[in-house]
Amino acid sequence: MKALRRYIDKIKPQFEKGGRFEKLQSTFDAFETFLFVPNKTTTSGAHIRDAMDMKRTMSVVVIALVPALLFGMWNVGYQHFLSQGEATGFWPTFLFGLVRVLPIVVVSYVTGLAIEFIFAQIRGHEVNEGFLVSGMLIPLVVSPEIPLWMVALATAFAVIIGKEVFGGTGMNIMNPALVARAFLFFAYPQDISGDKVWIADKADAFSGATPLAQAAAGNMDQMPSVLDMFLGLIPGSIGETSTLLILLGGAILLVTGVGSWRIMLSGFAGGYLMGLIFNLWGANTYMEIPAYQHLIMGGFAFGVVFMATDPVSGAQTNRGKLIYGFLIGITAILIRVLNPAYPEGIMLAILFMNIMAPLIDHYVVESNIKRRLRRVKVKAA
Amino acid sequence: MSADTPKKEALFSAKNRRLLFNPLNKENPITVQVLGICSALAVTVKLEPAVVMAISVTLVTAFSNLSISLLRNTIPPRIRIIVQLVVIAMLVILVDEVLKAFYYDVSKQLSVFVGLIITNCIIMGRLEAFAMGNKPWPSFLDGIGNGVGYGWILIVVGLFREFFGSGTIWNFPVMEKLGVYNFGYKDNGLMILPPMALILVGVIIWIQRARNRELIEENK
Repeated sequence: MKALRRYIDKIKPQFEKGGRFEKLQSTFDAFETFLFVPNKTTTSGAHIRDAMDMKRTMSVVVIALVPALLFGMWNVGYQHFLSQGEATGFWPTFLFGLVRVLPIVVVSYVTGLAIEFIFAQIRGHEVNEGFLVSGMLIPLVVSPEIPLWMVALATAFAVIIGKEVFGGTGMNIMNPALVARAFLFFAYPQDISGDKVWIADKADAFSGATPLAQAAAGNMDQMPSVLDMFLGLIPGSIGETSTLLILLGGAILLVTGVGSWRIMLSGFAGGYLMGLIFNLWGANTYMEIPAYQHLIMGGFAFGVVFMATDPVSGAQTNRGKLIYGFLIGITAILIRVLNPAYPEGIMLAILFMNIMAPLIDHYVVESNIKRRLRRVKVKAA
Repeated sequence: MSADTPKKEALFSAKNRRLLFNPLNKENPITVQVLGICSALAVTVKLEPAVVMAISVTLVTAFSNLSISLLRNTIPPRIRIIVQLVVIAMLVILVDEVLKAFYYDVSKQLSVFVGLIITNCIIMGRLEAFAMGNKPWPSFLDGIGNGVGYGWILIVVGLFREFFGSGTIWNFPVMEKLGVYNFGYKDNGLMILPPMALILVGVIIWIQRARNRELIEENK
């Protein structure tokens, strides 16, 4: 460690103003602060210091995603061998998935970080860590069968159009990982439509279709068991299948205070309530499935836990967060059940509410001002 | 502006050249004034309709500017909008009929958007802002300039959307001839959808403002 510190201190002057590699200053800075705690002091404004800086926050989210990722890898192998009708041990299954999934993760990170570094150099600011999470989320919301160039293209689109045009990390109005998925969804629907996101050399049509597709098609007898859906032994995008491990990740986010419990709770409540409403309506078999099943099918849990809680694109006020989460839950189930063209509603629901979040915040703040004004007037009178 | 200058101006004086070339960049109707966006989104799925639309709008803008400029001293101010509309409508119908007669396929692709040139804000805007107060020749140049300024954006957007969305350029299968489909390449379905036209226009605005700093608005 000491030797590394010494080495960094030695090469540092070359990257400072007037040094040989002045142009690469932000790149150097990014690596230095990644390896060591920065020694900068605040020069003006508030002096609140907390160990939870952006790097730490992002790291916690990445850690919370790891269980879902590891399970996703194993499940890729499991679904593959299941469709082949073979039974294999744990390690071959996991390795098969690892070989499939790891390239997607690598491509997503390399593309995204390369663009982030380029923009940081051009604009002359620090490279921020915003992409650490997006780069992990993108592989988790795509199908393991997706061609790698599509991943690269979608990542580039998400980072440039979804984030950098608005001014970079912290300024984006929509969740970049979902922008990437939406891009894939509309650009290459046959590869990632949400109904057949997966089939590793599939044996028959049944093993390929996700539960959402079965439900949308009205094949209720072919739905997997509730336990399978909860544990995640179903086809789907890489990280979305296991509700159990998503909840584990969600617990990590809640304990460390990184994710908002308001958004998660109201999101699940909204989804459940909409499920109940559809139960009452009961116009077709899809509407009649138990409301709780909606919460464990498809990407609903993943979206609510990891994507709706994005602190940048979500609502900021406490009451706003409750409304925001609740509407995400409602909209997701609404799209899912009523529009068979979009079997997976959570992506569109979150993107839609991302756009609405500033509006919600605005009215929450306005109503708060009004309430307090009234209190002042009552006192005066 | 120069209604009472006694000296005769050259046909392409510096001022007239400005009228012609400014709308191409610094006063571009789409990227700077943000007018005529609706049709820019609708007709740019392919290059061919985009080009036809660009030519049609240029002709209508130029000749309506010319006609209104000739009539400008005889139009009573209170009914000027109606008079302008009659002139534009006549020209648009002419364009529409010509397209139907000679380019029926393109005319069908453009569908209502040829008729909707009447409501294109650029044309009314130029008539009100320029032709009503200027001589015929500068007005004509202004019309051409604004039409071409509108048109080149349409053509650029149309080129990208057709190339990446359908893999063709002017219906010529470029991607197929390059053989990229054999490597697993697929056409981008998002390019065909209208939102992508908006994003492309946004990217053009981004590049333009990065090059011309004076176009960037002050942050309030």
